[in-house]
Amino acid sequence: MIKEQRYVRELAQPRQRTFMLAIGVAVLFFLLLLRLWYLQIVKVDDYRAMSENNRLRFLPVAASRGALMDRNGTIMVNNRPSFSLSIIPQEVKDVEGMLDRLASLLQLDKTELRERWEKSKGRARYYPVVIAINISREQVEIVEENRLRLPGVEVSVKPIREYAFQNSAAHLLGYIGEISDKELDIAAYSDYNPGDYIGKNGIEKAWEKELHGSDGGRQLEVDSRGRVLRVLNESSPTVGNSLMLTIDSRLQRVAETAFGGQAGAAVVMNVNNGEVLAFVSSPTFDPSLFAGRIPVDIWKGYLEDKRHPLENKALAGQYPPGSTFKMLTALAGLEAGVINENTTVHCDGAYEMGGSKFRCWSKSGHGSVNLRKSLKESCDVYYYQLGEKLGVDRIAAMAERFMLGRELGIGLQNEKKGLIPTSVWKLKRFGKKWYPGETLPVAIGQGYVLMTPIQLASMVATVANEGTIYRPHLVKKVVDPDGKTLKELVPEVLGTTGISPASFKKVKQGLYAVVNDPGGTGANARLWDVKVAGKTGTSQVVKLGEDRKKARKYEHMDHGLFVAFAPYDKPEIAVAVVVEHGGGGGAVAAPIAGKILRSYFDLQKPPAPKQPQAKEPQEDEPAEAPVKHQENQAERGADE
Amino acid sequence: MIDRRLVTSFDWTLIGLVSVICLMGILNIYSASAAYKLGGTAYYIKQLNWMAFGLLLSLVVASLDYHILEDFSYWFYGFLILLLVAVLLVGKRSLGATRWLNLGFFTIQPSELMKIVIIVTFARFFNNYHTVGGLKVKEMLFPLALLAVPALLIMKQPDLGTATLVVLIAISMAFYIGFRWSTIVTFTLVTVPLSWFAWAVYMKPYQKSRVLDFINPERSRLGSGYHIIQSKIAVGSGGFWGKGYVKGTQAQLRFLPEQHTDFAFSVFAEEWGFFGTLILIVLYLCLILWGLNIARRCNDRLGGLLAVGVTAMLFWHTIINIGMVIGLFPVVGVPLPFFSYGGTSMITSMVGVGILQSISMRRFMF
Repeated sequence: MIKEQRYVRELAQPRQRTFMLAIGVAVLFFLLLLRLWYLQIVKVDDYRAMSENNRLRFLPVAASRGALMDRNGTIMVNNRPSFSLSIIPQEVKDVEGMLDRLASLLQLDKTELRERWEKSKGRARYYPVVIAINISREQVEIVEENRLRLPGVEVSVKPIREYAFQNSAAHLLGYIGEISDKELDIAAYSDYNPGDYIGKNGIEKAWEKELHGSDGGRQLEVDSRGRVLRVLNESSPTVGNSLMLTIDSRLQRVAETAFGGQAGAAVVMNVNNGEVLAFVSSPTFDPSLFAGRIPVDIWKGYLEDKRHPLENKALAGQYPPGSTFKMLTALAGLEAGVINENTTVHCDGAYEMGGSKFRCWSKSGHGSVNLRKSLKESCDVYYYQLGEKLGVDRIAAMAERFMLGRELGIGLQNEKKGLIPTSVWKLKRFGKKWYPGETLPVAIGQGYVLMTPIQLASMVATVANEGTIYRPHLVKKVVDPDGKTLKELVPEVLGTTGISPASFKKVKQGLYAVVNDPGGTGANARLWDVKVAGKTGTSQVVKLGEDRKKARKYEHMDHGLFVAFAPYDKPEIAVAVVVEHGGGGGAVAAPIAGKILRSYFDLQKPPAPKQPQAKEPQEDEPAEAPVKHQENQAERGADE
Repeated sequence: MIDRRLVTSFDWTLIGLVSVICLMGILNIYSASAAYKLGGTAYYIKQLNWMAFGLLLSLVVASLDYHILEDFSYWFYGFLILLLVAVLLVGKRSLGATRWLNLGFFTIQPSELMKIVIIVTFARFFNNYHTVGGLKVKEMLFPLALLAVPALLIMKQPDLGTATLVVLIAISMAFYIGFRWSTIVTFTLVTVPLSWFAWAVYMKPYQKSRVLDFINPERSRLGSGYHIIQSKIAVGSGGFWGKGYVKGTQAQLRFLPEQHTDFAFSVFAEEWGFFGTLILIVLYLCLILWGLNIARRCNDRLGGLLAVGVTAMLFWHTIINIGMVIGLFPVVGVPLPFFSYGGTSMITSMVGVGILQSISMRRFMF
């Protein structure tokens, strides 16, 4: 009985509540009607007027991009205003005529204007369509003078990049350019509009989200002649965050100059944290040209230059490491117990195996060679024999411990992996088994072996610090427009090699001898005050044979390599230099490394009068000071 | 085989109201898309097809006894959760959010289905859960968990509009069962200070800005608020009698964004004026009240719960969409049921109508 009563109550309860729900529904619908009554009956005249006579106009105000600074706070890339010409579709009745008028007034190419206009089809009619970018101040003045004849035409100011050191570090910094139709379709760019500038390459692209800032805009009510009646809504742009790079811009320029126009790459890295101090790909290009339409002759020049200036050689150039690879073969031998520091081999200029003759670079041979001498004089025969004993897979395993043959994750696009061949790899790639004769070139860094300059630097840095592999990185911190640090990037250890310090010591002694002992191949990198250790390498582009002896074409000449670290006793930096088609590493690459090292240690020396403050060079030039805010400037420009 | 009583008690009012709104919607879509020149089938024809398909679907659903929904409810629920997780893992990205799942032969939007499934799941839970004097805080914990899982998964996509709707539908159903005052007070006391604390003390400015962007995606975009201004101009300039069919300047000059989908109501308001919007809103009001009436006269607790759930779904869509285009709510992509162009919305709404029909037809059987 009681139970039944309860059941009835439960059923009844919700039924009553449908009535309460109905009241709630009615109230909310009534509110909608009230609002509609207000809009459609009370305010009808205002809105009628707005829809018939007045026009709303939306003017985007582009945000200033964050600056790029070097490790000392020196600005490398900042902004300057550029002007672009837009027309507002809803306000231009006769677009063809308008384009004609603009083309003749400003002496612009009408087909280019029309091309941009056509691309805007299907977009909101109130949104300005950019029809010319990067127009000159004179052209801006002409537009302003003819204001009344050009209704619906707007000049807007967009910040574009200004490069403090022109072409320096162009591959690293990257460039900005107008967003393409393809990019506009990508989810990552869903907030962007046609005509926006985005990072297209390098740091500018990788850090786009931090650097870009967010654009603002103004909603204006204008009359039929385009005069502003009132500002309906306004949002100011937010300046993007700045980046402090690990690069030292002074060292960077020294390194670039040292190449003297030769093609190649250099990477300078802190061996104790992976910070990249210089990142050179030579020759460089002018990144400022990419913000507009590149002059055809310059573009053609870049494409036809056989030194390939647009290629990022430090990251994407894959070279046979040549004799620089011998330090790994030696470590593999020491760790496997195949050799020790006293093992000697006789070199008479060649080594025979399976009926083939493998030549040493020195025709007359090196005589009796131990580990130290094998590195110092870069004896090939020593490594042929060692390689034969080790087999390719043990050499590859050593390279694997150094994390070669894969991306190190520097954080820029198009990083290449290089290649460390193994017997399994060959079977997969070519369906053929590995022949022992193929191991010999691998032992001296030839054959299938490929490494990028970044990997070369990482390899020698890992030898220098005796086993820690740091992720090479380019950004120290992210700084907001007020100069406050938002994010500090900490060094990241990718792994350790697990090689005994004793083996490292023995190899390092050899590397010391390369630069400092009489007869060493790397004497060109010697410094009088700091002990440098290094290794030369010369990698063949064309196989041994007749071609090499002929008067050789540029493309057939050897690459010269040099890797080094210093100081020998307490390593700070590692340097890798590749000179494309330059000849012997000791002759062409070692002097460049020497200049870089010289500059590095000179820059370390505090300037005499500033000695007490030397510890904190940033104090003299606080980080926020160089980050100029161009927001104001941009806005002023918009008012013109 | 079909009980004759089922046929005689067919709910013509329900179908009638829905059909009238649909046809007005199609008329309006014709006008709203008149400015577009595109190849292929015109939007209004497509919408006509969707309407026909939807009505057929609603009849199929109506022919089934709604009690079978109860048996499968938790299975539906579990399956949908799996689909929502799958969306996050392998979903199709479009416009900055991942909502679609490609099943090879067609793509589905699991968050849309979740609206129906949450109704069925909550109906089953409350049907078997007997409470005296309203739900206590403790009794709310399980349904809260049932709600939180899909709501959070949908928010992660991110699709704030749908997540909000799912939550509102569930709350409406719980309200139908009844809360104790203490429950309402407790939840207010917990959530309000907690959110305030999180907002004012814990969150950093950039996080706040992210939350604001999330609540109102238009905020961070160029032209923020522009759509709303244009929409208000369209609605307001309609006046009492409107500018006339296919004569709305705002719509025909394409000042309005998404004018055949989310902003279809502004086109209608511009062309038909307050006179038109009054009629349309009264039609929606009748539909909602009729839905509640179906719940009221149903002799079965499950039927009542399902009817309230479906009605809540239609109601909140209507309120949020119209509120958005007349500038009462932030812009979240919520369509106006039966009126906005779109197959997904039509199907979900028509399945809801089918459930209502099923309950209404069987009112004398239980």
